[in-house]
Amino acid sequence: MKTTMTPGIELRTSPHVVKGNSVERIMFHVVLALLPIAAFSVWQYGVSALTSLVTITLVCIGSERLFNRLSGQPSTLSDWSATITGLLLALSLPPAFPLWMGAVAGFVAIALGKALFGGIGYNVMNPALVGRAFVQAAFPVAITTWIPAFSPNRFSEFAPTTFTAPLMMPPDISVWAKQALDGFTGATPLAIWKFDNVLATPADFLSGSVTASTGETSAILILLCGMYLAARKFLDWRIPVAILGSAALTALVFQAIDPNRYPDPLFVLLSGGLMLGAVFMATDMATSPVTPKGVWIYGALIGVVTVMIRYFGGLTEGVMYAILIANALAPLIDQVTQPRVFGQVKAAKEKKA
Amino acid sequence: MAASSLNHGQKQPTNMEEFMEGIWKQNPTFVMVLGMCPTLAVTVSAMNAISMGLATTFVLVASALLVSLVRNIVPSQVRIAAYILIIATFVTVVDYAIQAISLAVYDALGAFIQLIVVNCIILGRAEAHAAKNPPTRAAINAVGMGIGFTIGLFALGSVREILGAGKLFGIALFGPDFQPWVVMVLPPGGFFVLASWLLLFNWLDSRKAAKAQTEEGRIHA
Repeated sequence: MKTTMTPGIELRTSPHVVKGNSVERIMFHVVLALLPIAAFSVWQYGVSALTSLVTITLVCIGSERLFNRLSGQPSTLSDWSATITGLLLALSLPPAFPLWMGAVAGFVAIALGKALFGGIGYNVMNPALVGRAFVQAAFPVAITTWIPAFSPNRFSEFAPTTFTAPLMMPPDISVWAKQALDGFTGATPLAIWKFDNVLATPADFLSGSVTASTGETSAILILLCGMYLAARKFLDWRIPVAILGSAALTALVFQAIDPNRYPDPLFVLLSGGLMLGAVFMATDMATSPVTPKGVWIYGALIGVVTVMIRYFGGLTEGVMYAILIANALAPLIDQVTQPRVFGQVKAAKEKKA
Repeated sequence: MAASSLNHGQKQPTNMEEFMEGIWKQNPTFVMVLGMCPTLAVTVSAMNAISMGLATTFVLVASALLVSLVRNIVPSQVRIAAYILIIATFVTVVDYAIQAISLAVYDALGAFIQLIVVNCIILGRAEAHAAKNPPTRAAINAVGMGIGFTIGLFALGSVREILGAGKLFGIALFGPDFQPWVVMVLPPGGFFVLASWLLLFNWLDSRKAAKAQTEEGRIHA
């Protein structure tokens, strides 16, 4: 039998699925979306950031392979998830973070954050953030040592801390940083606000000239890459919107209470790792809720907790812990926000009958 | 006594088996996972761990011996109270002894010396072993358990001291530039290291079991 068809139009019965989404495909596109951010950070911080990105990613991939071998499973490297963990981890650490500490973070991220739970899809918390939380607790000084962006020698000279010998303390870089860029204070905008009550302007953030972790300064770039992923439905747009919205709202409330003490919402949104966390870390599919209502609750929780830690906590930045707390609550949020199946009668009514 | 007839009919373990039980097969830290309170709290250094282990061992052996001696006199309704009284007596002895020997160690261990009273390894041994066995047997088993517990504490304390301070028994291992892993001397470090050891032992165990199974399969085939 022969059917006559207009050329270029294919007639089929539903479902009209062109190509299924696979874990590999989604993860590969997340890697693609992370590359511009990584490239921007290399342009900002030079070879130090580049070696940090490459080393940590390689350690994550190597650890993943090691645990595949130990558990006798086939290699899961082709699903790109270990690559994402490595890139996100490196982007969330200071650009001059000693490589050996970065390697510790990468190994802990995969071992403690992922392999122990049974690998991809089974982890409770975002592996990259687990690794970061571990080194934050282990090496509190190194993780708050920053280098200036756009220093003239950034492509020819490594930061002195990058090649610290394993297990050894990184050298003091305040003298080096001052000569690399005049007037460098070595504090993030959040710390300057918290301790000196001086606000960085939005222009500072947008030009990327503030002190920050490797991939935190390019807010616009992060948003663009996130929009690409959201447009292709590789991430749930409601999560970043809920996080940024609730953070801005909380900031607005506090600003209304005391405008002299609390900064404006725009500062809260642009500073620190909120953008990177909201777009790339909180949206991890395995560790965020799946119900439509739950996603909003999850995002709102992250936004509020972040602002609370920043305003009232001992730390200057709270995105990491906010996301980890929300990750831990995600299964609970899923449970209480289960949508009613169409036609299902409420349990209470059944009891009465 | 009803308790002493429990072992009837079973093959009596040899003294060596009795001794090795606590060190390997029923290690209080790695197999039974008992006495976690001192295990996590005082193992910030190898010295603290060994002191705690020795103090516990002394109380364990002395109370097992005494419990075993009085096992046929004490009515079973009040036996737990009697055990606690016996254990508390020896804890008081240890408490004063450590205070007299080294005030530094006493300060480092803090309330955890007095808390040996409620250590479940000791009460567990008194109830499960000493009350059903003659004094020599009870003492041998208690020595094994005490050494096993000390090994467990040392396994945690040494790792935490090496990573958390770059030292072992207070001797610097890596020179003055060592970067301490702050988290290791904090409570989370205790959980991390304990979990890693448990993971290692369980992994070895499961590998051994898998190997035994394949060998068995080979024999049957």
